Amino acid sequence: MVRHSVLKLLKIFSFTSILFINFSFVAAQKNDAPQLDMTVNRGVIKPISLAVPSFIKESGANSIISRELAKVISNNLDSTGLFKSIPQSAYVSMPLSFNTPVQFSDWSIINADVLVMGSVGLKPDGRLEVKFRLWDVSQQKEIGKGKQYFTNSESWRRISHKISDTIYTRVTGEGAYFDSRVVFVSETGPKDNRTKRLAIMDQDGANFRLLKHPPSLVIAPRFSPTTNKIIFTGYETGKPRVYLMDLSSEEITSLPELKGMSFAPRFSADGSQIVLSMTENGNTDIFINTLSTGVKRRLTTNNAIDTAPSFSPDGKSIVFESDRGGGQQLYIISTQGGDAKRISFGKGRYATPVWSPRGDLIAFTKIKEGKFHIGVMRVDGTKERLLTTSFLDEGPAWAPNGRVLMFFRETPGSAGAPSIYSIDISGRNLRKIKTSSFASDPNWSQILN
Amino acid sequence: MLSFKICDIKIHKFRTVDEAKIMKNIGLAIFVILLLVGCENNKSFKNSLDKAQISESDIEYFQNLVGDTVLFTVDQSGLRPDAIGILNAQVNWLKEKKFLPITIEGHADEQGTREYNLALGARRATAVREFLLAKGIEQDRISIVTYGKERPLRVCSNEECWSKNRRAVTVVGKKIVE
Repeated sequence: MVRHSVLKLLKIFSFTSILFINFSFVAAQKNDAPQLDMTVNRGVIKPISLAVPSFIKESGANSIISRELAKVISNNLDSTGLFKSIPQSAYVSMPLSFNTPVQFSDWSIINADVLVMGSVGLKPDGRLEVKFRLWDVSQQKEIGKGKQYFTNSESWRRISHKISDTIYTRVTGEGAYFDSRVVFVSETGPKDNRTKRLAIMDQDGANFRLLKHPPSLVIAPRFSPTTNKIIFTGYETGKPRVYLMDLSSEEITSLPELKGMSFAPRFSADGSQIVLSMTENGNTDIFINTLSTGVKRRLTTNNAIDTAPSFSPDGKSIVFESDRGGGQQLYIISTQGGDAKRISFGKGRYATPVWSPRGDLIAFTKIKEGKFHIGVMRVDGTKERLLTTSFLDEGPAWAPNGRVLMFFRETPGSAGAPSIYSIDISGRNLRKIKTSSFASDPNWSQILN
Repeated sequence: MLSFKICDIKIHKFRTVDEAKIMKNIGLAIFVILLLVGCENNKSFKNSLDKAQISESDIEYFQNLVGDTVLFTVDQSGLRPDAIGILNAQVNWLKEKKFLPITIEGHADEQGTREYNLALGARRATAVREFLLAKGIEQDRISIVTYGKERPLRVCSNEECWSKNRRAVTVVGKKIVE
């Protein structure tokens, strides 16, 4: 294989064949840099070899943080499947100071493509100061400019995530997603007597926390894209009903206009509206609710099951599932109403469509011949690709960059239970997210501020 | 404050239908007394009804001898002949217990997605509700709720369990007040 500059990396998310991979443009790339093509056998991508030495300790920082900062970055980038960290035990030297010139030969000898150099110091006011620089080892060049962060010491993990995002973005050209959180349902107890609790964690599974709410059943929490709130379905009244929770106070508010049975809520991209389904006289239809006014507007009047709606990022359309044609299929309707257009035509049942934040794809659950799949298709229904298969895979959720999905997978049988997984939209890199309980219904936040 | 110890009639298992009928008649007699006495004071009557509504004997009789559960075919909410037999028995019993509110729970098996199954459970509960209404059960006695696949009765992952989980359950003495 041609030894390549990491500045010209693979267009890993190519929708067509993954056998021939072009290098994508990178923000930091120089125009005169040579373009190399890399051929990958059988879709196997050689990950970028990454060295992340422990951050250099400066004035007053402790060695645990200097080590952990580097470890979280390695774990994040390794989790993409596009990078592979070289264990620190293989290093022939360790950087001693942030400003001394990099000894590139020490890193090329262990076949590192990319070197991450960082430092951490404690300021007199108690804040952490974290600096980092990113190096292309073979080109002996810096990739982008160094960055400096200040934060209170409890937030060190977020600095690792922000640095990971910067590295990922500079090297792959794709959008950031590490500095984000996941809200989900934590499940405990036997299958016929499950306790379900709303929970939140960082995207890597760290900082797991249960949210406070009445003990009744809860379903499918989803983030507001603009406020520190979630929306979810709860059974506090005895019926499924949509509620809002403020994540800072954990205060729950009900929406009086959504009395009856309401569920499957999602926010619009601007956070001003929710789309959901409501059941009246046994018939489930789609409604749009404006949060500031409490005005509810019916979008579908079909006597089929219309549910699992999701806004397009521009707020103009809704994708939803309906069995109006006899079986569950995906449809798109204007938020102004009118006729719904069917977009899925394959064999099997299509459910839980979710519009990508980039607007280009729709992720869905497909049930075919007794197996469940997570898949993606273009907005016009073409280029359907199934990414997973199992006894029960359900409920895809997009990463903020529209390149990774989380979903939950439930194992069969009396001891069957759900766990959250992530997968690249190329279909590679299926990973189980470590959680301290069973976990289902993941929803991914925006990049944090 | 009136207090009737209706719950003290312990009927754990009926061996025969006749035995159950006898017990049912005892139960009915007590309810009649309750109704008569209760008429003297409306407020107390209401309070005591709350207790009467959750009488264990009634619930057990309804569950075991009338039949509180009807089953459905995969992805269907139409009432099968076996369901109609059970629902007719429910109607007869509910007509005798005029004061008892009911909640119909609709359920689905695990072979569908969560949202769809909530909608399907609602269809099933509604199918039962419509049947009861058509047979003259008063509308304001009936609440419905869907649980989708959230509350499986049986936990194996094959048709033996799934067929039991695709159900609508009539829960007596329960009304959902929003």
